[in-house]
Amino acid sequence: MNDFIRYTIAGLTLGSMYALIALGYTLVYGVLQLINFAHSEVFMTGAFGSYIVVDTLVGGHGRQNGFMVVVVLGVGLITGALSGAGAAWLLERVAYRPLRRRGAPKLAFLISAIGASFFMSQLAGKLFNRQKNNSFPNFFDNRVLFSIGEADVRLLQVIIIVAAVVLMFFLDRLVQKTKLGRSIRAVAEDAPTAALMGINIDKTISRTFVIGGALGGAAGFLFALFSSLSYQMGFFPGTKAFAAAVLGGIGNPRGAMLGGLTLGLVENWSVMFLPSQWTNVIAFAVLVLVLMFRPSGILGERLGRAA
Amino acid sequence: MTDLTKGPGSPEPLPAVDGAPAASHMLDVDDIEVRYGAIRALKGVSFHVDQGEIVALLGANGAGKTTTQKTVSGMMRPSLGSITYEGQRIDGIPAHSLINLGICHVPEGRHVFPRMTVDENLEMGAFRFKRQDMDVRAHVLDLFPRLQERIKQQAGTLSGGEQQMLAIGRALMGKPRLLLLDEPSMGLAPLIVAQIFDIIRQVNADGVTVLLVEQNAAQALALANRGYVLETGEIVMSGAGKDLLADDRIRAAYLGEEIAAS
Ligand SMILES: Nc1ncnc2c1ncn2[C@@H]1O[C@H](COP(=O)(O)OP(=O)(O)O)[C@@H](O)[C@H]1O
Ligand SMILES: [Mg+2]
Repeated sequence: MNDFIRYTIAGLTLGSMYALIALGYTLVYGVLQLINFAHSEVFMTGAFGSYIVVDTLVGGHGRQNGFMVVVVLGVGLITGALSGAGAAWLLERVAYRPLRRRGAPKLAFLISAIGASFFMSQLAGKLFNRQKNNSFPNFFDNRVLFSIGEADVRLLQVIIIVAAVVLMFFLDRLVQKTKLGRSIRAVAEDAPTAALMGINIDKTISRTFVIGGALGGAAGFLFALFSSLSYQMGFFPGTKAFAAAVLGGIGNPRGAMLGGLTLGLVENWSVMFLPSQWTNVIAFAVLVLVLMFRPSGILGERLGRAA
Repeated sequence: MTDLTKGPGSPEPLPAVDGAPAASHMLDVDDIEVRYGAIRALKGVSFHVDQGEIVALLGANGAGKTTTQKTVSGMMRPSLGSITYEGQRIDGIPAHSLINLGICHVPEGRHVFPRMTVDENLEMGAFRFKRQDMDVRAHVLDLFPRLQERIKQQAGTLSGGEQQMLAIGRALMGKPRLLLLDEPSMGLAPLIVAQIFDIIRQVNADGVTVLLVEQNAAQALALANRGYVLETGEIVMSGAGKDLLADDRIRAAYLGEEIAAS
């Protein structure tokens, strides 16, 4: 039982990061019907962006007091989100918009996405000397906050879950209630008709990338804080978050959140039954199983056009 | 009754562009050619619409009616020719900007947002405004009581007729001065068609100019002040609605009547 609680807490921690990344895949899919394979590198950019700033701020200064820890966490989240948003914005401008203007076939977008992904990851490798395990300065004590039974809950786990939940809450409100959110949904459902309502499709697509990039970048900061950074760090979390987005129903933001949490939990629970080298396979096994029974994912495609 | 034509979306008419004809008509389509790649869908189409009119565009499937409307609303650009609206050249202005001049387009096949509620669809129609005008909304729901009954329902679950009402209601939320309707009667039961045509008459009486595309020639011409007949991308006939309705060629081609052989 204690194991179960322990793995559940770890699963929620990991899952909430998957969920944040998955939102980027799903939002972009909604407006473009495109899997943005470079999103994993947007996530990585968020990690490095926040790392540079946080390392400059508190690197080598040891543990900070409570107030400073809150400040640094805020700065990390914001700089992660900003770098992710910037990378995603640029990506859309450089890798996708020119293709859209020419009415290029879907395959061209896919190739462009993969090319951009390689480029960004190699660029980061070059800039950061291909070091495998950069990590954030140890600016706070990851102490046990409380225990459930004998399962400890640590500060970092709470930080990650709380930050992710807050971000997801605001994203959900944004999509459902704001004008920007409505324009994103309208473009996802029927772009030419959205234009007839006065919605600028190009701007909406750009903003969608920025929002997805900000969430992915913030997740990059949290993930790097949780483990480490490298120019290749995007691959596994990115691929799994993509699986999570499909699992929940690609194009559906609530599905992405649910899919992310589900995947994080299942991965961790699997450790109770299977050797841990199977963890990376689990995500895809779950995906295949769910899609066999529910081809449009748990919640179904919602933002996107009906198939 | 609310005047659908007033409001912040009604800028002063702009001065005529150099070389453009003086603004005598509300809409002046002058010799436009429109292409889909190599296909010339419109081969030099000219017509005009005056303020307050209902003008019908008739023609068989594939004649170019939809293409004509899409070009007027900015969804397509003409490769040749010009379109002048209230004295301003508008060809080449994208659809999302044109709506700010009061041109609202109800596209062929309705195109409501299927996963949004009726309420949200109406709100989308008013997207160009900071917030929707509650008077206009009340007026729209007055015209279409069915929409009020289904206000929280997803638009994709409405019947065809209800979707058409929603599509028109949504366009009215944008406070059109020129309303483009593309085959509003398509696939609807006669009773619903009569209702829709009645609403079009009412909207026009409120001061909205209407460019109506129809295959249902008899009803369209009974409603319209004037009509044009398109055939494979060219206008082959035009005239007052009543005259066209009485024309033997029209009756033969579009009303399915045999002309008594002489
Ligand atoms: N997306 C398209 N691509 C290529 N050709 C098209 C397209 N849409 C319409 N056309 C062609 O343009 C012509 C006019 O079509 P359209 O304007 O839809 O006619 P209508 O509305 O009168 O039925 C037709 O010959 C049609 O085949
Ligand atoms: Mg048509």
